[in-house]
Amino acid sequence: MVEYERHDYDVIVIGAGGAGLRAAIEASAQGARTALICKSLLGKAHTVMAEGGIAAALGNVWPQDNWRVHFRDTMRGGKMLNNWRMAQLHAQEAPDRVNELEQWGALFDRTDDGRILQRDFGGHRYARLAHVGDRTGLELIRTLQQHAVHNGIDVFMECTVSRLLKDGDRVSGAVAYWRESGNLLVFNAKSTVLATGGTGKAFAVTSNSWEYTGDGHALAYWAGAELIDMECVQFHPTGMVWPPSVRGILVTEGVRGDGGTLRNSDGERFMFNYIPDFFAAETADTIDEADAWYEDKENNRRTPDLLPRDEVARAINSEVKAGRGSPHGGVFLDIASRRSTEYIRRRLPSMYHQFKQLADVDITAQPMEVGPTMHYIMGGIRVDADTAATTVPGLYAAGECAGGMHGANRLGGNSLSDLVVFGRRAGLGAAEDAAAQALAPEADDAQVEEIVADMRAPFERDGAEGPYDIQRDLQDTMHNLVGIIRTESELLEARERIDGYKGRAANVGVYGHQQYNPGWHLAMDLQALLTVSEATARAANVRQESRGGHTRDDYPGPNDAEWGNKNVVIRQGADGEMEVTTSPLPEMPADLQELFEE
Amino acid sequence: MSETANMRVFRGDAESGDWQDYSVEVEEGQVVLDVIHRIQATQAPDLAVRWNCKAGKCGSCSAEINGEPRLMCMTRMNLFEPGEQITVAPMKTWPLIRDLVTDVSFNYEVAKTIPAFKPRAPEADGTYRMMQEDIERGQEFRKCIECFLCQNVCHVIRDHPENKPEFAGPRFFVRLAELEMHPLDTEDRLELARKDAGVGYCNITKCCTEVCPEEIHITDNAIIPLKERVADRYFDPIRWLGSKLFGRG
Repeated sequence: MVEYERHDYDVIVIGAGGAGLRAAIEASAQGARTALICKSLLGKAHTVMAEGGIAAALGNVWPQDNWRVHFRDTMRGGKMLNNWRMAQLHAQEAPDRVNELEQWGALFDRTDDGRILQRDFGGHRYARLAHVGDRTGLELIRTLQQHAVHNGIDVFMECTVSRLLKDGDRVSGAVAYWRESGNLLVFNAKSTVLATGGTGKAFAVTSNSWEYTGDGHALAYWAGAELIDMECVQFHPTGMVWPPSVRGILVTEGVRGDGGTLRNSDGERFMFNYIPDFFAAETADTIDEADAWYEDKENNRRTPDLLPRDEVARAINSEVKAGRGSPHGGVFLDIASRRSTEYIRRRLPSMYHQFKQLADVDITAQPMEVGPTMHYIMGGIRVDADTAATTVPGLYAAGECAGGMHGANRLGGNSLSDLVVFGRRAGLGAAEDAAAQALAPEADDAQVEEIVADMRAPFERDGAEGPYDIQRDLQDTMHNLVGIIRTESELLEARERIDGYKGRAANVGVYGHQQYNPGWHLAMDLQALLTVSEATARAANVRQESRGGHTRDDYPGPNDAEWGNKNVVIRQGADGEMEVTTSPLPEMPADLQELFEE
Repeated sequence: MSETANMRVFRGDAESGDWQDYSVEVEEGQVVLDVIHRIQATQAPDLAVRWNCKAGKCGSCSAEINGEPRLMCMTRMNLFEPGEQITVAPMKTWPLIRDLVTDVSFNYEVAKTIPAFKPRAPEADGTYRMMQEDIERGQEFRKCIECFLCQNVCHVIRDHPENKPEFAGPRFFVRLAELEMHPLDTEDRLELARKDAGVGYCNITKCCTEVCPEEIHITDNAIIPLKERVADRYFDPIRWLGSKLFGRG
């Protein structure tokens, strides 16, 4: 008989970034007994790395802004693959959520008349991002954390969930372990919220932290839930490229929002050569107009440096491939020639610090070298827009691990707002669901035993291959074959290799004991990493077009007739194999469709 | 460029432990955390280390490097002489869990004792007005990434663990000062600062300020103003007389 701590809750929330914290706050406020479970210490989740801001049509800088404009920008940025209802709720509720953060103690930068200041970002028609210099994510997570500690939420820190438990069709809790001791926990929960973030650690070059191993995507998939749009992966155009040890670390889009421009090794502002027809009407096509836009936004169109991220990332990729890259394989990002030292240090303090300390580059005097880095997965667990319910009863999802909101490409600033808008909705949905359950769930010992045997198996194989090489090989494969530009032969090759890694992972061995053993933790994380990698590789091969964060060399350009109204759907088949199908997008009502007819 | 570093890393748990030497390849631009990761991947897969962002933003990878409290992810290897032995030890002030990982739960317990932000009523339109110059100090304090290096280095608890129940530490003086100076907050936390948080224990040696990776002026901008406010209320002789004579303070 396996020994474990037992915990009974109405709602458990897995993940304590912005979405998880907001979900737990809401569930608790609804009267649900709530637990918040996180792999790291509280306040360290990947949300802290968000820099530029939180998008909300507050209209503080541009009174013309409103939720309809934000909605339209979001859908167009997502190449219309978004779940329209999520994009609508997001645009409508983001201002309330930002004001709520202020009521909970957040200190956003101010306008001259004392309101929340908003900054320009790619794909947003108006300056829309509430921000705190370039550390907005830290402000968001700290504000939620400080609010949550007084709300009677039980927090389980450095505690990793391995599998969800089921009672018939319904998710009924989870099996977890303390990272510190290796000891086991069983949670019995009337409802469960997944808020685990993304899958960046499947890739060699990423802005994501170690936690981003696709846990929520995989937990949901293993429990029978559907994933959508897993082929849609965002490569942020500006990650650091040098030195090698910091390759991939994010350089905020705020640098471009605040005046930075991209140049190639010839000194050319190359983005003018990459303006797609889709955005031509709203983008400056001369340097003069683009430069004038910084000061006069009414009479000039925006610089192509601020096209949506997928466009800019592909452009950089092409420039480097054409031999016009910077010495370390990126391009140049220059803010020093437009802005004063004082301005840069006030607006972008952590960028200044990061380059100075890690790369010996003074961004107030020199250009940065930047290149694409895996940053975000638009795809995720299929959810109901209003309640955040997944396709499995008792299971909810919010934030990056949920799919649909951002379509094929996410606009900068729309992630932090997504976290609080849908974190709240998931907490509400889960609490209402829990309140409707008459009986408290009771873990099935046989299920627990089986899960625990799987978790501990690597210790039985001391001397076998360890997990680190398998993870590195997987990261190289995803980077090289399922990266920013894809093609069928490489995607098939990737799947074959992933099958090989699955075989190796099934025989992975670790040594040492269970107390804070990172080798063992990685051996378990590999299961999720392999599942999400397979999902992305398979979905990428099925979508035979290029759209947003999914670019096919063999199918360049979008195919609206065939693919413009379909999600690629992933689920586990009865035989345990991964199934890939498609399903039609939900149809947008006529009054919203009108917004796109101009 | 590839050199070999001589790393001396503390290995052990609460019961016992010792230094362990590792020879590790180092590439250009690497930081101490990269080297620790390479030891994990090639020599000691069970070497315990806490980290997250590897970009100086989350404050997880605090350690004592050659005796100096620092973030491992922001400590470049070229800071050291080639061939120099580099020691990496866990933070001393917290109970050891394993290797470089310590039990920092003290800080999370203290955080719970600080009364929540309590804003005044908003303007008629439901939002607030605050001037940038009125929030800049608060924004400085809110740069804190909770690496707890200031707590670790503060000798009030580093050398005297028995003080822990009566002393919140520099990180929480920063938090208290932030709330005190927040233009919207209405809660009074000076009694807490004086009594339970023990701001009086601090004798302004500025060790905390020196180690802060966010360069927050902890002593000058947070602790001293907090001490002054406490002194004004509780130790001002005229106020004291007033409260005795008229029963108000």
